[in-house]
Amino acid sequence: MNNTHTHHITPLWIYLVVASALMVLTIITVAVSNIDLGGFNVLVALGIASIKALLVAFFFMQLWWDKKIYLVIFSTAMLFLTIFLVLTMFDTQTRGYINPEMDGRIKPNAPMYDTMESTSTTH
Amino acid sequence: MSNAETHPTYLQHHFADAEQQMDAAKTGMWVFLLTEILTFGGLFIAYAIYRAWNPEMFHFAHKALNASMGALNTIVLITSSLTMALSIWSMQHDKKKQTFWYLMATVLLAATFMVVKYFEYSHKFHLGQLPGKYYTYTGIEGANPHIFFSIYFMMTGLHGLHVLIGIGLIIWLMVRTKKGHFSSKYYTPLEITGLFWHLVDMIWIFLFPLLYLIG
Repeated sequence: MNNTHTHHITPLWIYLVVASALMVLTIITVAVSNIDLGGFNVLVALGIASIKALLVAFFFMQLWWDKKIYLVIFSTAMLFLTIFLVLTMFDTQTRGYINPEMDGRIKPNAPMYDTMESTSTTH
Repeated sequence: MSNAETHPTYLQHHFADAEQQMDAAKTGMWVFLLTEILTFGGLFIAYAIYRAWNPEMFHFAHKALNASMGALNTIVLITSSLTMALSIWSMQHDKKKQTFWYLMATVLLAATFMVVKYFEYSHKFHLGQLPGKYYTYTGIEGANPHIFFSIYFMMTGLHGLHVLIGIGLIIWLMVRTKKGHFSSKYYTPLEITGLFWHLVDMIWIFLFPLLYLIG
């Protein structure tokens, strides 16, 4: 038994470089959001957010150096989140393929808007 | 080897050594973070489904959010993640005073985040941009904008609750640092609270563009 094991100590400059990169990516994502890229808006925003999240996970949360079991746990969470998302969207986005009536809403607006509009027109 | 050498005060008797104790704590924390990712994941998927069903409404409704306040809070949270990491770095070098002040900075930045959130929320409460049936605002085009605000308040509300819990945990760390409970040999509570705090930062990194920028 020994207590003289050494923890990995991340050099200070790595923290400062990662934090600066996160700041720069924040500025980029705000700047890009002012340009209309059509369908690519979501992809660019999620791409930049994913890079930022990986920087936080690997360097602030030490996954780069730590035991690989923590990376496995983190990846498991992401894998099951992806399965959850993809299979749910297969359902909700393809309902109209079988029965076109199920594609749209039966009533376009929630019932609460009926009373809201009537009160605003009486004034 | 004497008993005091093999079992320092911070080591619980059911662990073989300090390293095993820290591995156990970290594994437990990562499994907890897995459940956190899946909890927030449910809300992210609700966002994806309703956005896919109501693309125009999401576009008009997201303009009601103040992107500069969201960007300010992103910078604040990233900085707080840095100060949290630096507090651990300081303890690894036995600079205990420095750890205390970095933790203090983290708490102040987290409080700044909540103050900005308070101004955003009170503005929306005032306009009636509230979730579900409490929604009374009429200035947004597209059908059913109350759905956007239901999702906005659920996601940012649960995230805000995590920030408040984080503030409580970091204050607890400040007290224990002051009492001299930690050293470069033992700082596991700092490390696992740090993991929690970075996850809170990571969730905001996704919330900010999805809600404030692209809607």
